Amino acid sequence: MRDAMMADANAEQEKARRFRDAALPYLDDVFALARYLMRNAADAEDAVQECYLRALRHFDSYRGPAMKPWLLAILRNVCNAEFVRRGKQEMAPDDADDDPASEQPPLWQEPLASPEAALLRRQDDETVRRLVAALPQPFREVIVLREVNELSYQEIAEVAGVPVGTVMSRLARGRSMLRSAWNGAEAKSPGAVS
Amino acid sequence: MNCAECEVLLHALIDGELDAGHARDVEAHVASCAGCAEKLKTFRAMREAMTQADLKERAPAHLRGRIEAMLPVPPAQASAEVVRPKQFMRPSRRSFFGGFALGTALSAAVAATLVFTVFTSGDEQVVADEVVSAHIRSLQPGHLMDVETSDQHTVKPWFDGKVDVAPPVIDLTAEGFTLLGGRLDYIDGEPVASVVYKRRKHVINLFVAQRLGTAHAKVTDRTVQGYNVRHWSAGGLDFWAVSDLDPVELDEFVQKISAAFRGSPS
Repeated sequence: MRDAMMADANAEQEKARRFRDAALPYLDDVFALARYLMRNAADAEDAVQECYLRALRHFDSYRGPAMKPWLLAILRNVCNAEFVRRGKQEMAPDDADDDPASEQPPLWQEPLASPEAALLRRQDDETVRRLVAALPQPFREVIVLREVNELSYQEIAEVAGVPVGTVMSRLARGRSMLRSAWNGAEAKSPGAVS
Repeated sequence: MNCAECEVLLHALIDGELDAGHARDVEAHVASCAGCAEKLKTFRAMREAMTQADLKERAPAHLRGRIEAMLPVPPAQASAEVVRPKQFMRPSRRSFFGGFALGTALSAAVAATLVFTVFTSGDEQVVADEVVSAHIRSLQPGHLMDVETSDQHTVKPWFDGKVDVAPPVIDLTAEGFTLLGGRLDYIDGEPVASVVYKRRKHVINLFVAQRLGTAHAKVTDRTVQGYNVRHWSAGGLDFWAVSDLDPVELDEFVQKISAAFRGSPS
């Protein structure tokens, strides 16, 4: 460890250059996930900065496969640690899936299979963001990793540290909650999108 | 395939994550089940709507600046690109911190650090500046601790092999100073142990090293950039406590640490 620390400045700069080229292009992605996890811009920025600090620190041991999920996994850990530090259980434990009582019933109640309920109201961008942001963890996380960060199921599984099967069930549950909230949300321009 | 299975798999179908065999199964089920067909349609529409809604976020320019600032770059480039919050800019003795951002988003009202180092330089003021810099740096989000635990028996072994000294890690929780964890820091390019404490919102960095400044058993106090700094030597180690905690409470901290250190061989 000591040797690594004493690495000469040139090597450090070369490493920083490689890191910059590899990691900076994903800044928007990292920031987006941070926004949805931390729920406010200032905390998100702090988390992103810490994520890049840690990523740089561990860049030597980075062996792939893909930079984006690697960064997002680090970010997730940063956010997790921050919630632990604050003594909040924002990043819900993994058994949340199995505990229906931990959710607010209206959010995931299956809508009636009537055509009306099944149709999707038109919502403006801001409302969609708000609905996603209002999803409980860990469903918000998988939805964002999928819809915003556009990760594959396998990558989501790696970032969230759960099996692919869990990713699939969380996505299904998360989207069901989202749909219920979606149709319940006050739409600016009511109307169905089919 | 039953409806419960279909409900999960139809999302994978929408997302293009299903292999051909399962995709056929889902489509066959949907063809014979109005409920699932409706769901597939709805979720497809929702996915479509989400794709169209601009859910992406653009990282603000100042954040990009902060991150670029922490990457070591050649000096010429650095002056052009690096964005540093003014309050933490100091003109001198920055070079060896090269890679670290000096800016911080945390309010300056946060921390105090106790640092133990293996230091050879003897200039008190220089060291004081360095430990305050290290303190400020540590206040950057997530930068405070490498090992985060209130268990002194976890913190202490963590330093093994990372620094040349075995820094005393003293639990003062009962005295109102919460042990947050430990961190490896650098003072003048040398690894230094920092034991991190907190009182209310104020972080205390306690830096510990074999030689860090001019050894004297009596506690010296000074204020650097608004941070209160205390330095003393004991048991062949130099201790530097830095915090924005008020001077009276920081003195109380120093006194508790000293007393505990004298009382135990750790």
